[in-house]
Amino acid sequence: METFLGYERSDSSVGVRNHVAVLPSVACANGVAAAIVRQIPEAVLLQHSIGCGRGGLDNEVHTRTLENLCRHPNLAGVLVVGLGCEVLKSEQLEQAAAQASKHVQRVVIQEEGGSRRTTARGVELVRELVARAKEIKPGAVALDRLIVGLECGGSDAFSGVTANPAVGRACDHLVDQGATVILTETTEMIGTAHILSRRAANVEVGAQIEEIVGLQEQKCVDVLGPMAELVISPGNMDGGMSNIREKALGCIVKAGTRPIQEVIGYAEKPTRRGVVIMNGPGYDTDSLTGMAAAGAQVMIFTTGRGNPIGFPMVPVIKVISTTQAFQRLEDDMDVNAGVVLEGQSLEQVGDQISDVLLRVANGEPTKAEINQQDGILCVYTQGTSL
Amino acid sequence: MIPNTIMIDQKDNVAIALTDIPEGSQVFLPDGRNFISLTDIPYSHKVLLANLGAGDNVIKYGEVIGQVNADLQQGEWIHTHNLVVTEG
Repeated sequence: METFLGYERSDSSVGVRNHVAVLPSVACANGVAAAIVRQIPEAVLLQHSIGCGRGGLDNEVHTRTLENLCRHPNLAGVLVVGLGCEVLKSEQLEQAAAQASKHVQRVVIQEEGGSRRTTARGVELVRELVARAKEIKPGAVALDRLIVGLECGGSDAFSGVTANPAVGRACDHLVDQGATVILTETTEMIGTAHILSRRAANVEVGAQIEEIVGLQEQKCVDVLGPMAELVISPGNMDGGMSNIREKALGCIVKAGTRPIQEVIGYAEKPTRRGVVIMNGPGYDTDSLTGMAAAGAQVMIFTTGRGNPIGFPMVPVIKVISTTQAFQRLEDDMDVNAGVVLEGQSLEQVGDQISDVLLRVANGEPTKAEINQQDGILCVYTQGTSL
Repeated sequence: MIPNTIMIDQKDNVAIALTDIPEGSQVFLPDGRNFISLTDIPYSHKVLLANLGAGDNVIKYGEVIGQVNADLQQGEWIHTHNLVVTEG
């Protein structure tokens, strides 16, 4: 079996990076968290807009998301920065990180005595966490320990012809080696529930697929009203897509052809290996956060028009659909799948994607990492602020 | 000849044009087959590879993406004007 150079964690997960993260438990602590990372740029900053003022399902999903991010395999250590009065308690995030055997520390702005003191204390703690992380050395790990998240955004007429089918070839190879791939963006599956369900490993999983896609279609109609046509029918008729099913097939093809083993909720960890569907929105940045929280150590992002976005502690590999767009956006792109239009086979480009994935798992930085395309974490939110 | 179309799955009965293919010109498939286009095929649109009867399936990605609403011949442009979804 193929191997990669990974960081084995004591909770039996494996990282492809060995980062120390600074995570605010609430948006109010973003400024202090950012001030700490400005002084220790080796640490990764996980800024977000959540942690308070929500109820019900959003609370549950947001808590799970931040807890699972604290447990992420690519992290050696975590500093949680709390405010003090927030709903999502910093203790809870500290506990989640500790459960996953991370080196973890916590500072609370209201207890520490303001932003300057908290920043100074945080800097000391992160310095220690970074030093401890450096003691951890990577070793050879079998490919079946990888979880790869899949995303497409800024698609064009050839995303579903070159980039997505080529990624699908790479996914078949990964799954045959025992790895896990996560397909998400339920909105993009509308029109193909019967096809995905046919690929389910058992009838229960098939029924779950039909259910989540049906609910998402209904939600689009409820929220968008007459505008739902823009989502449910293809937005790019000029590009040659004739109906929603054809468009969705071009999206789901990136997960390859192997059986679908499980349906998980947003930011939930898979319990099975192979192809897993994560129920989630079609918004790229929400998806990336959900798959990172699910434990994806690497993500593959296909695009046609181009998108520079990455994720703070997870390498994101960009695959673009045409040579013209690749040349225009080369600074942000890792693979040009447009060579398929110039005579290379999908299998050849699929092999190239597998090679790049292995190199990235072994530590080679992606373009998004080089460009520090970290930004703010967007988290799936269904309700409103209270 | 250099193909001016691409196929995604072996089972497909449509290919995708890599350039604007004018009516009456040669369509070259990646597997070496070639035939004449019966209509203009716009860049990135679908061209039919087989003769179909009304109601027959159009296959792309190895899956049924709909049915044709008329008898159609190899070399025709397939799009919303002749592709419908009639099955459940």
